Amino acid sequence: MNEVDPKACPITANHIKVALVGQPNVGKSMLINSVSNAHLHVGNFSGVTVDKTEVLFDYEEYSFTVVDLPGTYAFTDYTIEERVTHDYLCAEDYDIIINVVDSTNLEKNLQLTSELLTMSKKVVIALNMSDEAEKEKIKINAKYMSELIGVPCVKVSAVTKEGIGELIEAVIKKHENVRNKPKLFFSEPVEEEIAQVVWYLDKHRFESANTHRNIAINLLKNNKKTYATLHDEPIWTELQPILIEASKHIELHHDSDDIKEAFAEEYAAFNRGIVAEVVKQEIKLTKRTTTEQIDSILIHPIAGIPIFLFFMWSLFQLTFEVGAMPMEYIDSFFIWFGETLGSTISNDDIRSLIVDGIIAGVGAVVLFVPNIIILFIGISLLESTGYMSRVAFLLDGFFHKFGLHGQSFIPLVTGFGCSIPAYMSARILKNDRDRLLTLFIIGFMSCGARLPVYVLFAGAFFSPEMAGNILFLIYIGGALLGLAAAKLLKLTAFKGLEEPFVMEMPKYRLPSVKLIWHTVLTKTMMYLKKAGTYIAAASMLIWFLSNYPHNFVIEESYTSIISMTNKEDVKIKLQYELDEALLEASYLGRIGKFSEPFFMPLGFDWKMSVALQTGLAAKEVVVSTLSVLYSLGGDVDQDSNSLMGAISKNISLASAIAFIVVIMIYLPCLAASVVFTREAGHIKYFFYLFAFTSITAYVMAFFAYNIVLVLT
Amino acid sequence: MKTLLDCNKGCVVKVLKLNTKGDLKQRLISFGIMKEAVLEVLEHAPGKSTIEIKVGKMRIALRAQEAELIEVQKI
Ligand SMILES: Nc1nc2c(ncn2[C@@H]2O[C@H](COP(=O)(O)OP(=O)(O)OP(=O)(O)O)[C@@H](O)[C@H]2O)c(=O)[nH]1
Ligand SMILES: [Mg+2]
Repeated sequence: MNEVDPKACPITANHIKVALVGQPNVGKSMLINSVSNAHLHVGNFSGVTVDKTEVLFDYEEYSFTVVDLPGTYAFTDYTIEERVTHDYLCAEDYDIIINVVDSTNLEKNLQLTSELLTMSKKVVIALNMSDEAEKEKIKINAKYMSELIGVPCVKVSAVTKEGIGELIEAVIKKHENVRNKPKLFFSEPVEEEIAQVVWYLDKHRFESANTHRNIAINLLKNNKKTYATLHDEPIWTELQPILIEASKHIELHHDSDDIKEAFAEEYAAFNRGIVAEVVKQEIKLTKRTTTEQIDSILIHPIAGIPIFLFFMWSLFQLTFEVGAMPMEYIDSFFIWFGETLGSTISNDDIRSLIVDGIIAGVGAVVLFVPNIIILFIGISLLESTGYMSRVAFLLDGFFHKFGLHGQSFIPLVTGFGCSIPAYMSARILKNDRDRLLTLFIIGFMSCGARLPVYVLFAGAFFSPEMAGNILFLIYIGGALLGLAAAKLLKLTAFKGLEEPFVMEMPKYRLPSVKLIWHTVLTKTMMYLKKAGTYIAAASMLIWFLSNYPHNFVIEESYTSIISMTNKEDVKIKLQYELDEALLEASYLGRIGKFSEPFFMPLGFDWKMSVALQTGLAAKEVVVSTLSVLYSLGGDVDQDSNSLMGAISKNISLASAIAFIVVIMIYLPCLAASVVFTREAGHIKYFFYLFAFTSITAYVMAFFAYNIVLVLT
Repeated sequence: MKTLLDCNKGCVVKVLKLNTKGDLKQRLISFGIMKEAVLEVLEHAPGKSTIEIKVGKMRIALRAQEAELIEVQKI
């Protein structure tokens, strides 16, 4: 028996479980953030939330569990994320629904509301964005609306937090009262048919949780779930002919052969009626709205794409230029920190572990925090202003030629930040083939963790004026490679029909500084946390692997030669040779040496080969590995400590470019691979991805290396 | 028969019929693109491959292939 004893359950009488339902981009996640201290992801486009999240908070003597669900336009399972919502609403246990609607576009939002009203659940309507409605001179009579549809309606604003208290009060009140009957009315002919079915259900005293009226509506609407439950009932044989007859009448009335369309028209008429009664808009919208004016520039058929490219270019320019400023300080801080701490440790091995292992490894990753922050700010602006959907619109035609769906742009852009949320957000694609295809090429969009490697190499080989452009080229190059890969996959593995592209374009919104601050802070803290834990552990591991086993034979033979000479430069040279020889004899050195022949055609030495392999765990580890290996290994020039300096001295331009190419293409990281496998639905896809990216990376790097060799 | 694809920028039309079935039809309907709805063409993407329309207060992007399925009448 797996039954939980109800008395042992911590859920008290004062616990209310709320499901937050609404169309996409109406501010559900933001509403939760404003009532609790959660920091759910908020963005100005449809499909920000793709999975359910529970948030707990207390209000007076009540404890609430609020479930944030992906936005859904209607009760259809159009995309995976909508299916999440639908399944939750039908199958899970919760007490009450808060239906969040956008006050500035009530008529469209009520489409979903009217469907919710046919469920046997308590509903409270949150008229969100009331601040925006006020600006647009839209007045809603919430009290009258509550009376008309028989459901409490409360004006709120997730931004100004106005009305939040009333909303919670309304939820509590509704929770304690018995269910009241929503008033949803249809046209006369439809009402007659409903009455017919209700009469039949009444006559047979059909027992159910939902009202007979709602069951009748759902049956007439062809609701699959209601059909399935009634199908096994004995009354079904008699009910079926009545339903067929009723449907015929309704279809005839609507001059349509599609009962769902007929009902949509019924709902629309009902909603129009409500809106006409409760909404007053003072000024008529004859002139262009601000959004339309901005759109006429940003999605201009000719200027649109150049403007987008300019934004991207500026972002990378900033990333490099501004990001480089504090770099020197961070770098010298870690060097100072390492030296100061190192001087207090007497044991050579422990000192080396801490200074050359952990501090060098973590410091190399922290060094790039400023760059990362700027990149995150850029992505966050793209997400929160509403520009994201515009770019998807602009690029759809172009994407289409490569077999991609315009909406793929959203996960792909998310991929510039981190591949993990990007894999998740591919759920907004309706078709499995499109989704898999997108999953396969998300890795080509260089994630934030790869930025350190690029900045490191661009800074080592190019002048500061050029480095920003190089960064831009790397990202664009990666994206173009991704498109080419998509075409290749579309022609081979993912052949199939075109999927429709219909997407809502949100209005432009000025993002609040607070929102951007929180988003960027959360992501930066995550990066730092990773550096302090995962990367620190990886650096330690790398240090161990590169120090052991300690080869005393080599050491003794060298020290004896060194002690024999008295020329200073010869001594330094020998010391360098000794360090290198010791490193090569270590476990990591052996792995590197073993795999070196394989990477030889790409021009990589063993240290680079090792860095690529450890980079499979996470891309930051590439930088840490190089840092540990170069700070342990010998340095010809003793007065330069910086990793950038070491790299420009030890690596040729051709090898460096080939290295960047591999980083651009091969697997993002272990965690991302796990999420990829989960989202793709089968482990075999992971092996495909691994083979696909590794082979592409190898081949492309081979060409890059040889082309640069010929050119220079 | 005139479809939404034949409309130029700035054109205001009324929907006569949706020549599609299943999921896509449902989605169009939930966006408010249904019989009798009034649409306005706002913008074409390069090459007329994608168009932006306005339905009520909402702006929607759709591809030429989808626009072609929407039968309209000029008003
Ligand atoms: N002016 C104003 N903007 C709001 C309000 N609530 C949310 N927003 C903005 O609306 C956009 C969408 O907010 P989200 O919370 O991400 O919307 P959502 O309903 O969770 O969206 P999905 O997860 O895609 O379904 C964001 O740009 C918010 O800043 C509000 O009350 N007033
Ligand atoms: Mg959300």
